[in-house]
Amino acid sequence: MESKYLETTLKYDAELCTGCGMCSTVCPHRVFAQANGIAEITRPTACMECGACALNCPANAITVDSGTGCATAQMMAAVRRKKEPTCDCSCC
Amino acid sequence: MITKTTSRITFGDKLQHFLARVGLRRNRFRVQPGLYALGEPDKESDVFVTANYGLSFNKLRESLAGMDCYILVLDTKGINVWCAAGKGTFGTDELVHRMQNTNLEEYAVRKKLILPQLGASGVAAHEVEKRTGFKVEYGPVRAEDLPEYLRTHEATPQMRLVRFNLYDRLILVPIELTHMILPTLFIMAVLYFISGLIPALAALAIIVAGLMLFPVIIPWLPTHNFSTKGFILGTLIALPFFFVVFFNAPATAWWRSLGQAFPYLLVMPSLVAFITLNYTGVTPFTSKSGVAREIFSYFPVMFWLFCVGAIMGIVFRFIT
Repeated sequence: MESKYLETTLKYDAELCTGCGMCSTVCPHRVFAQANGIAEITRPTACMECGACALNCPANAITVDSGTGCATAQMMAAVRRKKEPTCDCSCC
Repeated sequence: MITKTTSRITFGDKLQHFLARVGLRRNRFRVQPGLYALGEPDKESDVFVTANYGLSFNKLRESLAGMDCYILVLDTKGINVWCAAGKGTFGTDELVHRMQNTNLEEYAVRKKLILPQLGASGVAAHEVEKRTGFKVEYGPVRAEDLPEYLRTHEATPQMRLVRFNLYDRLILVPIELTHMILPTLFIMAVLYFISGLIPALAALAIIVAGLMLFPVIIPWLPTHNFSTKGFILGTLIALPFFFVVFFNAPATAWWRSLGQAFPYLLVMPSLVAFITLNYTGVTPFTSKSGVAREIFSYFPVMFWLFCVGAIMGIVFRFIT
């Protein structure tokens, strides 16, 4: 019964961070904050793996296995034996 | 080539918004990709970027009322900014291509673009600057916050957060209604003719609960996972059916009544849970890996509960 959303694939390497703050800007769930000139993850479980932070990190300090958090898309991908679930439906 | 536009939302626009919200002609509600001029922009004016879904474009130009600026519309195949960014159509490549295609640098000497924040899952700001020399600035999540944002070009924490409040959830109900009305009537008719009124009403209850009630009451259902929320909601709506069927024929042996009533407590929760599990894609907070774990843990439970309930229902229908 415990939440399936507590763990995410978000990984951040503070060594590489240049402190540009882009991750804090683009994250729609305030997962990152800036402290002591670099980024830190303050709300890890709020991450929805949208990938905006990793894509916009000029220092490549962030990785995340981003993709759609949609059960329909994932089950359709499994049925059609496709590797990456995408929303081919017109629902979004 | 530049197309002129205004920030005025006409009655025709409003009609199209309504149709899109109820799911009619939504895929055809598109704007021609390209460069638009709002008011009388000059070379110093801001450039805003958006998707070519009609609602996205209209929301942006409405929020920019009274301004002189450019709007660059990307070809996202009629999909909104966030979903298109997830698919990559609102992406670095399309942005760079559209900038070159419209000769944007002739119009905007400040070499700066303002993108909606949610476009960031498709666009790499530093990559755009490397390829075009244009700086990318991420504005607020919602276009309606733009006037306040543009005063300082600093977003408040609230402007940077996606929300999913009651209004945001309610607006999703009509589209489900339009999509489900015919299938629901069909399923109800079939069930009515093969097994009667109560199973037909149960089908209606499952669809209404899963697709219309669930989105509205998500935050008030206990547990974090969508499947377990669905099991709870499904059990609640199944209970009246269970009791009605169980006490319907007092002359029948108790075990027969139980055998006829109990399938409702198995089939209805599993179907509602399946529908609510699929609702994950509509909400703005479920992660890909979390949804995968949910499917893995709960889909087998739904499947077996449904099978046992359906077989039990059929068996007790024939022996009584």
